[in-house]
Amino acid sequence: MFRSRFRDFDWTLLGFVAALSIISVFEIRSATAMTKFHGFQTKQILFLSIGTVAMFGISMLDYHKLLDIAYWAYGISITALVAVLVPHIGTKVLGARRWINLGGGAHFQPSEWVKLVLILTMARFLWERSGEDHEMTWRDIGKCFALIGVPMLLVLKEPDLGTCLTYSPVLLAGLFLGGIRLKQASILILGFLLVVGVGWKSGKLLKPYQKARLTAFVNPDNDPKGSGYQIRQSLIAVGSGGLWGTGANKGSQTQGDFLPIPYTDFIFAAFCEEHGFIGAVIILLLYFMILVRLVQNAQMAADPPGTLVTMGVMAVTLFQVAVNVGMCLGLMPVTGIPLPLMSYGGSSVIFTFLALGIVMNIRMRRFVN
Amino acid sequence: MARISPLDPNPFDREEKVSTAKLNATQYIVALVMLVLVSGLWRLQILGADNYRVLAEQNRIRKVPVLAPRGKIFDREGRILVDNYPSVTCFLVREQQKNLEADLPLIAQGLHIPEDQIRSTIKRFALAPKYQPIPLKQDITPDEQAFIAAHRDELPELETLEEQRRLYPRDGFAAHLIGYVGEVSENDLNTSKYAFYEPGDVVGKSGVEEAYDAILRGVDGSRDVVVNSHGKEVGMMGQELAKPGQDLKLTIDLDLQMAAEKALEGKNGAIVAMDPHTGEILAMVSRPTFDPNQFAVRLTRSYWNEIITNPNHPLMNKAIQAQLAPGSTFKVIMTVAGLQENMAENMHVVCNGGVTLQGHFFGCDKHHGLVDIHNALPYSCDSFYFTLADRLGIDTIAKYGHEMGIGQKTGVDLPDEATGIMPSPQWKLKAQHDKWYAGETPSVGIGQGAVQASPIQLARALSGIASGGALVRPHVVFPDEISPDMLQAIHDTYPGSGEKKVEISPETWQIVTDDMANVTQGIGTAAEAHLEGIDFAGKTGTADVVSGRKKGTADKATLPNAWFVGMAPRRNPDIVVAVLWEHGYWGNNSAKLGAQVINAFVTKQRMRSGNLMKLADSPKPAAPSDQTPGDKPKTPAANPAGANTAALEPQRGLPRPGAGGR
Repeated sequence: MFRSRFRDFDWTLLGFVAALSIISVFEIRSATAMTKFHGFQTKQILFLSIGTVAMFGISMLDYHKLLDIAYWAYGISITALVAVLVPHIGTKVLGARRWINLGGGAHFQPSEWVKLVLILTMARFLWERSGEDHEMTWRDIGKCFALIGVPMLLVLKEPDLGTCLTYSPVLLAGLFLGGIRLKQASILILGFLLVVGVGWKSGKLLKPYQKARLTAFVNPDNDPKGSGYQIRQSLIAVGSGGLWGTGANKGSQTQGDFLPIPYTDFIFAAFCEEHGFIGAVIILLLYFMILVRLVQNAQMAADPPGTLVTMGVMAVTLFQVAVNVGMCLGLMPVTGIPLPLMSYGGSSVIFTFLALGIVMNIRMRRFVN
Repeated sequence: MARISPLDPNPFDREEKVSTAKLNATQYIVALVMLVLVSGLWRLQILGADNYRVLAEQNRIRKVPVLAPRGKIFDREGRILVDNYPSVTCFLVREQQKNLEADLPLIAQGLHIPEDQIRSTIKRFALAPKYQPIPLKQDITPDEQAFIAAHRDELPELETLEEQRRLYPRDGFAAHLIGYVGEVSENDLNTSKYAFYEPGDVVGKSGVEEAYDAILRGVDGSRDVVVNSHGKEVGMMGQELAKPGQDLKLTIDLDLQMAAEKALEGKNGAIVAMDPHTGEILAMVSRPTFDPNQFAVRLTRSYWNEIITNPNHPLMNKAIQAQLAPGSTFKVIMTVAGLQENMAENMHVVCNGGVTLQGHFFGCDKHHGLVDIHNALPYSCDSFYFTLADRLGIDTIAKYGHEMGIGQKTGVDLPDEATGIMPSPQWKLKAQHDKWYAGETPSVGIGQGAVQASPIQLARALSGIASGGALVRPHVVFPDEISPDMLQAIHDTYPGSGEKKVEISPETWQIVTDDMANVTQGIGTAAEAHLEGIDFAGKTGTADVVSGRKKGTADKATLPNAWFVGMAPRRNPDIVVAVLWEHGYWGNNSAKLGAQVINAFVTKQRMRSGNLMKLADSPKPAAPSDQTPGDKPKTPAANPAGANTAALEPQRGLPRPGAGGR
């Protein structure tokens, strides 16, 4: 039983993931070499190891069991997100309450894990609903919105705009695959535009610096030392890489600390500078292979919740890659969304590997039913 | 809550596959997103690469100037006048995320600056970019450097930078001649002279430092340093070495300068000593003086106020900038004019304490009795020169005055030389829109009225006459020290009457030089300044500063200016000294100061020649009436009245110091 299951493990997908992870370790090493963060690649290897163990661990457990406890997990998640906002429990770092202090220097960032819970909860909700009617009612749509909207608002309050936005693909994928009708989708898009417009104008939803960051990408030269600084430095780093790049550990913008946080949010820009267009396209190709593989796994899933969960993971990954890489290339605003499998950071790495573990889980059980 | 485990009895009932079409569609969405991202990469890395590479270099490479040390300044014998010294400035770096306020007491204590002053300095730089360090204190002491070094860990915001600063002689020695340096002002930058200078450049602001700035300043180099985003230097790409400024040897003789400084100590005025053969300035002093070292570091407001409000103009180089009535020193020019015009040779005037001319009485300070061209100058008899001036007329006087360079710049290679005034009908019409009255002419004859001259003009004019009409261009830098182009540029920048030959007949030359020699003899006005064993000639001047003499008044500011222009030997002199002692009362007083300088010069010459005896033996155009102890019997002594025919041949009785010259 055990052996046969791991024969069905998606080794191809794991190969692509491993390739990106190894590249990320080297790029983190290069990007932090000249800073006080040097040595972060060792910690990243540790995170990757924990992630890999977690991935294999969770793939052993039937995903239906996870779906069973999804609603419970959802409740706990909401509680944790509220707790983060409470002073003394939530730790404030750089003006944002995102972490729960576990004592002994360990911190726990719930918002990253909530993503996983949301994927599972959404899948379970849609599957239960699909038994009743093929087409979504407005009531269903409302429930979906509430399901994702509540944690989004809580995370936005931390404030953590980036993570908040990463919840949205779960909702979008859910509505799309759950059977929303074209008419409903059109009305929603119009309504969304209206709400965004009003929210932007009222200034209550977003803080001024968040707004500045969101708009700076349109014209970074307006305020090169201020909100446009990061995007401008990123464009210079990417652009100066040229076709072949400056070579590993030789990017002047990365090494000279011009590129902001080159080991997390702007790691793609750092990689682009040092490895050029060729290297960057290879990275995007790896992401493309991973994403397509995820869709194929979704198609192969034994049941709709398997498909929905896999597509949820796919949607979140696609969203983060698109927004992060788009940000580095000046196509998207600066939102502080890490690049999955590349950016340094324990929460991000472990979430990604757990999500992949669930995908493996689903694939391994495709013939069970 | 429905359970959906695999053990659920009816999962197959609810089996509803998610639409395959939708799943396929997502693959196309993924491909589309990737295409958009690749096109973004293409735009930046392929199409924009060159542009972004330039921006990256600009980010990373910073040109840091390497300041060229200014050239040193030496006297004619290579003794140092102006040196450089390494000076350390303390900067405050504001990049650290640090609470500066908490460190202020420690910084204030260690650097000996009041806390409030540091705060106000920080405030002044509040708008400057963060990476730009704030200069906290210039020229810090070794103690303060040690403090910074010892507190590197606690006060990482303190940084030091070493640069070369000017070290000038103490107590304002030769300050006016040398000048000082300072940061080029914004106004200066807009003028063509400073077209190639940049803000922050240190330039010569006066004296030799200004005139020869182009030579002294050298060429700043630069280093292309690699910096990180905080402006911190992390490496170097290349460098262009600074070309140090060229050292400059002045014509100044330090020994003579010291003698002149000493002579003028505690007085207001100027002394300038020059080699009349070449125009080399041997000494130049102006009093009161200032401390150029105060200008080299940050000038304090109190010192600046002190200088600016001083009524005696400490910043003015009176040797070339004071334009005052020359008084009786002008009579030498009058004598030449009278003789050249064949009017003075046989002129006799009876001085009864003055003469009446043009319906006015012109007073003389003594009853000189019968005066002729041979004793008029030693007596400095005003009556004689009033009469001579009246007979010559203003046009002739002005012609000779102009020839001798009065009312024109000499062309000395120093900034801001005064022009002076040689009055003439044309001048009066232009300056006062009035015609010349004949009654004004006699006063001009004694160097009063509107006549104005500077010490350097008088030194050049009178020594030029003593040299048989060979007038020189005074200069403080040997012409062969600098390139011909530079020399030409200096001449263009400081135009003046320059080197020229004025027609003076041998007879005139003989009479006027003998007359001047008699000024320092028994009957002369400067007999008290007589120098034993030295052929010392000259002319005193006592120039009124207020109309009508108020002699004996207690107010020092109304006392006449005391002038003296002296030289040795009397014909073709090797040295000329002009002395201006403001409110010095009598020309005789200045003559004593001039005699000190001449004496120092001659003594040094004789010491140098190593044969004092031999020199004293050599025949002199005018021998003193007494013999100095140790002097051997002389050749027949010259007649004090000046009828010495042996002196017609130009004499070069005294060896000249140093190298340069003809």
